[in-house]
Amino acid sequence: MEEIYLDNSSTTRPYPEVIDFMGTALDKNFGNPSSLHQKGIEAEKLVEEARRRIASFFTDREDEIYFTSGGTEANNLAVKGAALRNRNRGNHLITSQVEHPSVLNCFRYLEQEEGFSVDYLPVDNRGFVDPEQVKKLVKKETIMVSIMHVNNEIGTVQPLEEVGPLVKDANPSILFHVDAVQSFARMALDINSWQADLVSCSGHKIHGPRGAGCLWAKKGTLLQPLFHGGGQERELRPGTENVPAIAGFGLAAKLTGESRQRKAAALGSLKLSFYQALENSGVELYVNGPLPENGAVHIINISFPGLPSEVLLHSLEERGIFASSGSACHSRKPEPSHILQTLGLSEERLQSALRFSFSFYNSEQEMEFAAAQIAEAVRELKSIFNP
Amino acid sequence: MPAKILVRYGEIALKGKNRGRFEQQLQNNLKEALKDFQATVEKMQGRFLVSGPKENRGKMVERLSKVFGVASLSTVEETGLDLEDIKMMALEMAGRVPTDEKEFKVETRRSNKQFPYPSPEVNKILGSHLLEHYPRLKVNLEQPAFTLSIEISHNRAFLYLDRVEGPGGLPVGITGRALLMLSGGIDSPVAGWLGMKRGLTVEALHFHSFPFTSRRSQEKAVDICRKLAAGSGSIRLHMINMASIQKELRAKCSEEMAIILLRRMMLRLAEKLSTDRGLQALITGESLGQVASQTLESIIVTEKVTDMLILRPLVGMDKKEIVNKAVELDTYDISIRPYEDCCTLFLPQNPVTRPKLDQVENQEAKLDQESLIKEAMASLETTLVKR
Repeated sequence: MEEIYLDNSSTTRPYPEVIDFMGTALDKNFGNPSSLHQKGIEAEKLVEEARRRIASFFTDREDEIYFTSGGTEANNLAVKGAALRNRNRGNHLITSQVEHPSVLNCFRYLEQEEGFSVDYLPVDNRGFVDPEQVKKLVKKETIMVSIMHVNNEIGTVQPLEEVGPLVKDANPSILFHVDAVQSFARMALDINSWQADLVSCSGHKIHGPRGAGCLWAKKGTLLQPLFHGGGQERELRPGTENVPAIAGFGLAAKLTGESRQRKAAALGSLKLSFYQALENSGVELYVNGPLPENGAVHIINISFPGLPSEVLLHSLEERGIFASSGSACHSRKPEPSHILQTLGLSEERLQSALRFSFSFYNSEQEMEFAAAQIAEAVRELKSIFNP
Repeated sequence: MPAKILVRYGEIALKGKNRGRFEQQLQNNLKEALKDFQATVEKMQGRFLVSGPKENRGKMVERLSKVFGVASLSTVEETGLDLEDIKMMALEMAGRVPTDEKEFKVETRRSNKQFPYPSPEVNKILGSHLLEHYPRLKVNLEQPAFTLSIEISHNRAFLYLDRVEGPGGLPVGITGRALLMLSGGIDSPVAGWLGMKRGLTVEALHFHSFPFTSRRSQEKAVDICRKLAAGSGSIRLHMINMASIQKELRAKCSEEMAIILLRRMMLRLAEKLSTDRGLQALITGESLGQVASQTLESIIVTEKVTDMLILRPLVGMDKKEIVNKAVELDTYDISIRPYEDCCTLFLPQNPVTRPKLDQVENQEAKLDQESLIKEAMASLETTLVKR
C-alpha cells in the first residue's frame, strides 16, 4: 500500500543527501572537534560548515549560533537562560497561551520555582495574539517577551513584525524570543523587522536528523548556560558536539532553504488543493485556527464532528495516511491539546480534531487521493458511530 | 567468592506428601529465573541456596523476590562450622553496618543439632564478641537497629543482616493452566497475578478493535504481560480483533445491551481458545458492582454462555486495594495510558444494569454468531512475552 505521510509538523523524512552525509560523518569523521590532531580538525570543520550554513539564515555571524540537542533545549536555553541571567533588571515575563510545552513549561518553572511573574497572553479564536495587548502588558520590570512564529498545531503565523517593535518601543532592553521550530528554513525569518534577540530552531522538522537544533542569539545577549562542562559552544552549551547530527542539520537547512519561495508557493497550493478536495467531498468539517489561505503553508487542523479523533486517525492509518491528533508530544495525555482548548472550540470539535501537515515530498495526486480516502473513512465511521 | 542467597519458602513446607513435587517445581522456577546469570540452585533442608556471580547479586535478588513460592530471601556470607570462623565473620559483617545504627541483637537458628552450642549460647557468644570489638554497640532485643542472623546447617554456617520478602504463594505450574482475560485496564493484571500466585500457569487473552483502536493499546497488553512475566519467566499472549463483531452489534442490536452482548462474545471466544490450548479455567478482573457490566445480574447473564470455571480473584477487593496492588506490580502506569480500547469504544449512554437472559438471547438471535466467531478466531495472533 502506498503511504502518504501528512504528519510533517511532528517530524519529517530526512533527505537522502543528509543520510549519506551523516553516515560519512559518523564513519570517517569520528574525531572529537576539540582534539588537536587531524581527526579533530576534520570533525571541527563539519561543525563549522554547519554553523556557517545556519548563520546564513540570520546575520551570517557564526558566533551567534549555539548548537543544542534540538528545539526543546533551544527553548529552554533561551527562556530560562535569559530570564535567570537578566533577573537583576526585573522579574516580569510575557508569553502566549498557545506556545509549545517546551516554552510554556519553562515559564511555569520560572514562575513557580524562581519567583518570576508571568503574563500568559490569550489568543483570538483563530489563534492570533493581539500586538496591542502585548504592549499593554509591558511594564518597567519586564525583561523578556516570548512569542512563537508558527503554531505547531493550527498553523497560525503570529504578527511578530508588529509585536517586536511595540515591545522594543516600550523598552529597548526587553529581550524578544521567538520559537521558530515550525518555520525555520521553511519560511523567511524576518528577524530585523521582528527585532528579535533569540530564535529557536530544530533539525528534524526540516528533513534533518533528530538530536540537533540551535539557538540564534544576537551578539551581546546575556544568557546563563543550562549545563556546565568543558567549554564548547563558547561555554554556553558544553558537551562534545554531536558532529553527524549537526552536520546533517546544516545540510538539511541549506537544502530546505534553497528556492524557498517557490517551494512555499507549491506547499501552499498543495494545502489548498487538499482542503478544496475535502470540502468538495461534502463531509461535515470545520477548520480550526486560521483560514486555510492565511495559515502557515504546511499546516491545517480540521475537525470532523461526531468522530473521536483517535478512531479516525487509525482508520486513516489503515488506508496508508498518517496524520496527527493533537501534537505527537501531547497524544499520550488524555485531554485535548491546550492550544485547541484556548481557541474556545466546542467539545465536539475538540474531540474530533486532526492535524494534517505537509512537506515537499507530498504531491498534488496524493492530496486528491488522501482527501478522497478521508471522506470515505469519515462516511464509513459515521455509519458505525452515528447510524 | 560468588554471591550466596538463601531462599526460604513458606507454604510448601506444610504440604505433606506433595512436598517433593512442590520443591522440585520451585527449584525449576528459581533456576529459570536465574538462567542468564550462571547461577546454581542447591537444595538444602527447608531452604534453597543460590550461588552466582557477585556482580549480579542485586539483579538476582530482584528476580528471586518475584518468584511465587518464595517467602523471603537473604544475601548471606558462608563460613565453616568452626566457632572462631563464625566469630570473625560476625565481626566483619557488623563492621559494614552504618555507625549510627548502634543497637543490635543476634539471632541464631540451628538446624544442625550436632553443633556443640545451642542457639541461645551462640547468641551470647557472638553478642559479647561484637560488644568487645565495637564499644559503640549496645544490645537491644526489643527494637534493634540491626539484627545479625546466623543459620547453622549440617556442614556450614550462614550469616546475614537483611531479609527481602518474596510474594509467597505456590510455584507457578503446580496447580494447573488458566486463561486470563486481559483488558489493559487496572484490574485484570492484578487478577492474573493472584492466579499465578496460587500456582497457575497463566496465558493471557487481549481483545482489541483495530483499526478503531490504536496499535498502542495492544502494546499496553504486551507491556503488562512483561511485568507479569517477572513471576513466571514468560506469558503467552493471545490477541483477537473484535472490530467486526462490534460493527455488527452496533448495526443490528440494541445499543443499551452492547456491553453485555460484547462480553458474551468475548467469553465464547475465550472458551474456544481455552479448548484449543488445553486451559482449564478462566480468570477475569471482575469485581462486584463497580460498573454496569459488573452487577450480579450482568455477571450471571454473561457467564451463561460457558460451562468453564471462571475465577474472579478480585471479588473480595476494594478498588483502592486493587489500585495499590497494581502500583506495587508496576502495571498501574501502563494501564492508565490513555488510548481508546475496545471496551471504551461505542460505550452506550445508558447501558442496562439488570439484563434479562431472554432479552439478551433475542438480541443475539439477530447475529450470525458462528461466522462472527470464526472470523474473530481467524484474527488470533499469539506471542510469547518474556520477562
